[in-house]
Amino acid sequence: MPTIHYIEPDGREVTLEVAPGQSLMRGAMDAGLEGLEAQCGGNCACATCHCYVRSEWLDKLRPPSDDEQVMLGNVAAERRPNSRLSCQLIVEDSLDGLTVQFPDRQS
Amino acid sequence: MDSQEPIIIVGAGQAGIQVAESLRQEGFGGALILCGEEPHPPYQRPPLSKKWLIDAGAVGALTLRGPAAIERLKISMRLDTRVRAIDRIACAVELADGTRLPYGKLAIATGSLPRTLPVPGASLPGVLALRGIADSLAIGAAIRRCAAEGQSVVVVGGGFIGLEVAASARKLGAAVTVLEGLPRLMSRVTAPVVSEAFARLHRGHGVQLVFGAQVSEIVGYEGRVAAVRTAQGQEYRCGCVVIGIGVAPDDLLARSAGLLCERGIVVDECSRTSDPLIAAAGDCTARRLGDGELVRLESVQNAIEQGKSAAAALIGRARPFTNTPWFWSDQYDIKLQMVGLSRGYDQVVTRGDLAKPAFSAFYFRAGRLLAVDSLNRISDHMQSKRLLDHGISPTPAQAADPQFELPSLLQGPRETAADEA
Repeated sequence: MPTIHYIEPDGREVTLEVAPGQSLMRGAMDAGLEGLEAQCGGNCACATCHCYVRSEWLDKLRPPSDDEQVMLGNVAAERRPNSRLSCQLIVEDSLDGLTVQFPDRQS
Repeated sequence: MDSQEPIIIVGAGQAGIQVAESLRQEGFGGALILCGEEPHPPYQRPPLSKKWLIDAGAVGALTLRGPAAIERLKISMRLDTRVRAIDRIACAVELADGTRLPYGKLAIATGSLPRTLPVPGASLPGVLALRGIADSLAIGAAIRRCAAEGQSVVVVGGGFIGLEVAASARKLGAAVTVLEGLPRLMSRVTAPVVSEAFARLHRGHGVQLVFGAQVSEIVGYEGRVAAVRTAQGQEYRCGCVVIGIGVAPDDLLARSAGLLCERGIVVDECSRTSDPLIAAAGDCTARRLGDGELVRLESVQNAIEQGKSAAAALIGRARPFTNTPWFWSDQYDIKLQMVGLSRGYDQVVTRGDLAKPAFSAFYFRAGRLLAVDSLNRISDHMQSKRLLDHGISPTPAQAADPQFELPSLLQGPRETAADEA
């Protein structure tokens, strides 16, 4: 199973195995990570699962949809070029080793 | 103030698990007991009327926090466990099997219960309401049966749940009739322009909408529901009935224990009840605002934010919930997002394309923005949310002008306000 590295807002790194087909958000919620809220449960409706993708992984991800782009324009923490919504990032084998960091606030 | 006496949370839904998680984040290290009546660990309810109802997906897909999280948070889960009484003198809860569990502090997050229809036949097999996973599975099975046998589904109530179930039933191939008592859909929460857009949407998908319909009787045949009769003299034949006429706070336990309740367990902005040892969060509460007004919200956001407040309150910290309320609904390919509370509005302007529909309705009182409903206009929604959070109002003319950039209002004085939350 692909390994995903999550960095919590306090800098702690949590490494999880997440099944292909699951979202990064789902994996993080199942493990009880603290850096996300995911209020809408993965509907791209709330922008509370915002994460920063380690830059070397950026071009390996599918680009954000128009809806995700709009949501990213309105995240609570600073939007950066590597900002993504973790509910829209679906794990696949090619993403083994992906590292994302959660911002200090989601709402 | 970091008492290590056990904290018991009654109710293992969105609010209950949030209280538990936030207590750990706030540094509470004592025993944490989470009691839930259902056999399932905490799960998301919104999909039960939407995607999950259509797909009848795995229960695991709804899980809010997985077993790893429960273990890491050192939560002692008591599922299939009904709390039957709270003894505030002895500081203990009494379970249905007679077990008494002492608490240092208590959180109540018992949620809400679907309102029942007080008419003959309402308890016939095939008359269903939605609260939990089991209900969603039963409704899904009944709809599929109707679709297979060419029978209709009657939905009583044209609010969020009723309309989401109607949309899901159409996707599953059943004929659907929605009986609404009032003259339009979602009339308690939206302006006519939004109701009309949803009426067109549902009719366009083949749903029969009946307004001003007062259900007088549910008729059975051979022990099952067969038709719904209205006071207007109509009879709607059907294979199942879904009642979606709103929910009532499940505050029985709190009322029996003598906590102040009025349309729900009365809490302040920090989720404190009338007992200093007890907090409450989510659908079961009614929040008393500074001006004395009681606000009842039924939403995920409310459960989460009040859950955070309740956890803080239990360890003696004040963490008021002041964010602008928001809600969402999915029906067919329309994403409805609502932010703010439109109650008391005196003006509505729209922005965008009503016919498509891809528009937002902006609600004003005395020229000041109260709320915004967006249909497939997520940009309007997110921008309006920020405006409302910062107490900034566009003029009605600005809101109605699609060329006007709403975020431009956030520039300038924004930095000072932005970091308060």
